[in-house]
Amino acid sequence: MTKKLMKGSEAIGEAAVQAGCHLFFGYPITPQNEIPEYMSMRLPQVGGTFVQAESEVAAINMLYGAAGSGERVMTSSSSPGISLMAEGISYLAGAQLPVVIVNIMRAGPGLGGILPSQSDYFQATKGTAHGDFRLLVLAPWSVQEAADLVQDAFDLADYYRNPVLILGDGLIGQMMEPVEFAENREPVKELAPKDWAATGYTGEHPRAVINSLFLDPEELEQHNYRLKEKFDTIERDELRFETFRTDTEYEVLIVAYGTVARVCSTAIEELAEQGVNVAMVRPISLFPYPYKAIREAAARAKSVLVVELSTGQMIEDVRLALEGEKPIHFLNRVGGMLVSPDEVVVKIREMVDGSSEEVVHA
Amino acid sequence: MLETVFSKPEALRDVTTHYCPGCTHGTIHRLIAEVIDELGVRERTVGIAPVGCAVLAYEYFETDFQEASHGRAPAVATGIKRARPDLVVFAYQGDGDLASIGMAEIVHCANRGEKVTVVFVNNAIYGMTGGQMAPTTMPGQVATTCQLGRDVDLAGYPIRVAELLSTLRTPAFVARSSVHNPLMSVNTKEMLRRAFTYQVAGTCFSLVEILSTCPTNWGVPPGEATQWLEKNMLPYYPLGVFKTPESG
Repeated sequence: MTKKLMKGSEAIGEAAVQAGCHLFFGYPITPQNEIPEYMSMRLPQVGGTFVQAESEVAAINMLYGAAGSGERVMTSSSSPGISLMAEGISYLAGAQLPVVIVNIMRAGPGLGGILPSQSDYFQATKGTAHGDFRLLVLAPWSVQEAADLVQDAFDLADYYRNPVLILGDGLIGQMMEPVEFAENREPVKELAPKDWAATGYTGEHPRAVINSLFLDPEELEQHNYRLKEKFDTIERDELRFETFRTDTEYEVLIVAYGTVARVCSTAIEELAEQGVNVAMVRPISLFPYPYKAIREAAARAKSVLVVELSTGQMIEDVRLALEGEKPIHFLNRVGGMLVSPDEVVVKIREMVDGSSEEVVHA
Repeated sequence: MLETVFSKPEALRDVTTHYCPGCTHGTIHRLIAEVIDELGVRERTVGIAPVGCAVLAYEYFETDFQEASHGRAPAVATGIKRARPDLVVFAYQGDGDLASIGMAEIVHCANRGEKVTVVFVNNAIYGMTGGQMAPTTMPGQVATTCQLGRDVDLAGYPIRVAELLSTLRTPAFVARSSVHNPLMSVNTKEMLRRAFTYQVAGTCFSLVEILSTCPTNWGVPPGEATQWLEKNMLPYYPLGVFKTPESG
């Protein structure tokens, strides 16, 4: 294995190709254009197909057709584009089609801006679109992890027959880091043949109908319960998170994800040198969310700090995890502004000396 | 020895449809099924059902199917055909689905020259949702959302989809036919056969617009629906072949 210096967007594209994805449908939007650009160049080299769709709406429905044919397929977009795909994502979940969707988040709402943000957390984990469904959501903090998660995402999507969302921010897409791709990588799940795919009715399989319509409410209720069972299994089996310095005594526990967690890890090292012990839980899967891991790690801290690039979205899951047991403090920047390690250090010092106010909901 | 001269096509399932009395969806389904049978492609055909009256088309054809969201059948068709070029892919769409919410998808699917076939059923009204005005509703025609009749000053004129798509430079087969009488139904089958044949040969995108009836939402007795079509729709929607790949 050799390491190669790659831009995050290109690493995401190459990871998909390595995972056997030979189909990409997408529409231009900043700051993720390097992904479709890379795929338009790379896919013809492996006999694959790239289509620049007329809109995100069309792109996500092209994914539907391709996934329904049993092929691995991906799209990427950024926040407003994901909003346009929302209806299609609901249909994909309803028809139980495996696809991988990459959201390189930019700041909103509306047209917002093109700089990094984490303001789509609610959209990714709670309210992507209409109907009772969940996406499996994975949030990388480095280019290498983005490449690894994209490859895993295809296996997870196929295994659960559900869309998987890679939730990155502009930093993940734009920064260059060394990446390596494992040769002869083993799938993270044992995968069954896709005998449900609509590839022609020859009589070898039951007739395939890719569909999310159930006009009989009793049938739809059963379908909803089957989906719920699947999401429960995902919650049980697919938790991913990383802990930092939880093996020592600590006063403050940080909860942060994505590139923000990386900023926090720098601050944690700096504070350790100053004699202030801080630990961190970094959720990697945002659905399922590591509630228990956060609760257990927080039990040993005096207080908890949530850091994110939104006005307060993931913090709601931290509150659910802690159930009021520990005071929660909040540090954020929005609109495309980033949190610096120094800001984290100052905030933690304020928490330690009692001048930071905890988040209180009336 | 007796010879069977007429039977249900293999590509149709032996079920009762939900279509209203006097509706011509059933006729169009049968013509498509006959063409699929005659071309011998049933086992590698994937149909795409729309949102609209034909939403349950997947219950009626003996082929694999995908159910698309409203208007997006040409995008779904693109995804299938790009994933599996060996499959024969047809999308079945109504006028609200194709000419209103799905106008971008049909134009770009045709313009990319996707090697798929679109059957466009134009009955000048929204059927499934209960008779609202469609982009193809005739001037002055009463619908539940234009109860005094379509006012062209406010809603514009009905869109002629076959003519519109035939302006594209990309090679395609685009035709309009009708099923209001047996003779025209035979012609429609011939148009469908040409459309599917171009796809099977990998030649080009193909679309057949088919004028169809909706007595329920037109507010006419089932027995008079074909006359209504002939009187009100035919003068505005001329039948014929608008574009062939040979004509460029």
